[in-house]
Amino acid sequence: MRKFVLSYLIPRIGQYLLVIFLGVTLTFVIPRLSPNDPVEQQVSQLMMSGSQVSPEAIEHMRVALTEMYGLAGSPWEQYWAFWGRLLRGDLGPSLSSFPTPVNQLLATAMPWTFGLLIPSIVISWVVGNILGAIASYYENNRVIQVVDVVSQAVRPIPYYIMALVLLAVFSYWIPIFPFSGAYPPGARVEFSLSFVLTVLYHSLLPLLSLVLIGIGGWFIGMKSLTSNIIAEDYVVYAENTGLPRRQILTQYIMRNAMLPQITGLALQLGMLFSGALIMEVVFGYPGMGTLTFQAVMANDYTLIMGITLLSIVGVATTVLILDLIYPLFDPRVRIQ
Amino acid sequence: MLNVLRDLLKYDGRFRVAALFLLLTLLLAALSWVSPQPPNKTYLVPPDVAPSLAYPFGTNSRGQDLLWWMAFAVRNSLMLGVITAIVSRVIAIFVGMIAGYRGGTIDRLLMSLNDSFVVLPVLPILILLSFLLQGQLSLVALALLLGLFGWPWDARLIRAQVLSLKERSFTRTALYSGTAPLQLTLREHLPFVLPVVFATTINNMLWSIGMEVTLSVLGLADVTVPTIGTTIFWANQHQALVAGIWWWLAAPILVAVLLFLGLYLLFSSVNEFIDPRTRLRRIGA
Repeated sequence: MRKFVLSYLIPRIGQYLLVIFLGVTLTFVIPRLSPNDPVEQQVSQLMMSGSQVSPEAIEHMRVALTEMYGLAGSPWEQYWAFWGRLLRGDLGPSLSSFPTPVNQLLATAMPWTFGLLIPSIVISWVVGNILGAIASYYENNRVIQVVDVVSQAVRPIPYYIMALVLLAVFSYWIPIFPFSGAYPPGARVEFSLSFVLTVLYHSLLPLLSLVLIGIGGWFIGMKSLTSNIIAEDYVVYAENTGLPRRQILTQYIMRNAMLPQITGLALQLGMLFSGALIMEVVFGYPGMGTLTFQAVMANDYTLIMGITLLSIVGVATTVLILDLIYPLFDPRVRIQ
Repeated sequence: MLNVLRDLLKYDGRFRVAALFLLLTLLLAALSWVSPQPPNKTYLVPPDVAPSLAYPFGTNSRGQDLLWWMAFAVRNSLMLGVITAIVSRVIAIFVGMIAGYRGGTIDRLLMSLNDSFVVLPVLPILILLSFLLQGQLSLVALALLLGLFGWPWDARLIRAQVLSLKERSFTRTALYSGTAPLQLTLREHLPFVLPVVFATTINNMLWSIGMEVTLSVLGLADVTVPTIGTTIFWANQHQALVAGIWWWLAAPILVAVLLFLGLYLLFSSVNEFIDPRTRLRRIGA
């Protein structure tokens, strides 16, 4: 147990802290390299928009902005203040919907993103891996060969293009799915059966695009992993003892090929998350991707900053959780 | 080299498709050098004409012939992919070979840095970056920037390759006969690493061109330069889908699919070719 903690647990947690440190430091350094003076830019933009904001509020915003951009005091003081605010969970006020805190906007958007992302990852991982294992074990099956070709064709298409094609085909050419959003405009957000059903119906197309690309990737990965395992001595031995093929596939081949795929999932989470953000923009889905798009359009610096920081911490934490449950699947890590 | 090409064409269907698709995209890109219309001029042809013999890809609402515009777009997108690939290859080879060859603490340090870059969600960071540089981010600058983020996956692959090379007897022979480590890595190990580098180059281009599409669509790149992404940006700006000008989106999508499928199939074909086990199985030697 002590060895497990020392050689598995502590390095993982160290890696987690390093990712967060690097990510936060990058987000701190990047604005300082920008040639523009962002504070004055934002303040003048707000004044120009002609909204009724009191002078105290503007002064408060200037102070908040100066702090958020890390421009008050010496660089070290700025850096510490940056971390301080972050650890207190204070991301400042949003500039486009001033003075709503960024936290509040993120809290509204986050459930939508996770509601789309988690099912899509789970479905595509499970289906892709099962199909991939079957594909290399039953090489001559016609259906599987079709899946293979489709996966190869879908896998390299960027998320944005994929979403655009599905949207054009299924909402515009053959209009069976809604054009955008997660519910009809003007609908009340509530917890009722009819509302949940509308949301599911609206989410189907974005989910489908994420799942399609996802299945393609996991399918190809699993197929190449299992095609190596099939040639292993223990599989040949199992076949010679006359074990049922299905048992060999699930308990001998898939069980072993699953482990690198779990690690692969942890490594690809950042990419999958980015993909979901783009998908939301195309489908006008009210999650963090659309929030990012609105923030870019409205020049809302603090909101973009908040989204970046939350993404870094969120993805890193999920990777850590995956790392922590990994020993449940791999007895070698547990016992060593 | 020619023999390799001939073998691949003969035995690998994927390679044939890839070659065809890439040839088509390269041909389109080559057209940009003979284009009668500069991409920065608008209202040169009647706007919103559907694809026809005169305008194979149609014309857009800004009065540009999409055929010539796409020629520039695919050329620029490819250029971005190549620059990003070169920059990130240099970093990946450097990090991978040092980590693999030196081992120990340096290896552990470099690899935890590497893994952090793998896990970091690149898109939000790039959005923040290009947001702050709005309008001042040229295509080349964007390519360099993407290069700084695109190396970690491949550095790990290269490291693994070097780790196994280090255990081979020729490494020991070279060391005992007094070869300097730098010379050993460059002269003896690099040739073994290069095929992997080539395969990952293609994969990296896929990634960077896709990233460019995303950032351009958000309006964060220099949208006056034609690329696959900025074409879609302008189509969205003019609400092409709602206005029924579907060909404005169809053109970049078609070109993107050709390019991406071509590159990907080339990648997987080359990848399999590098692995001698699968190559033998395919050719049956």
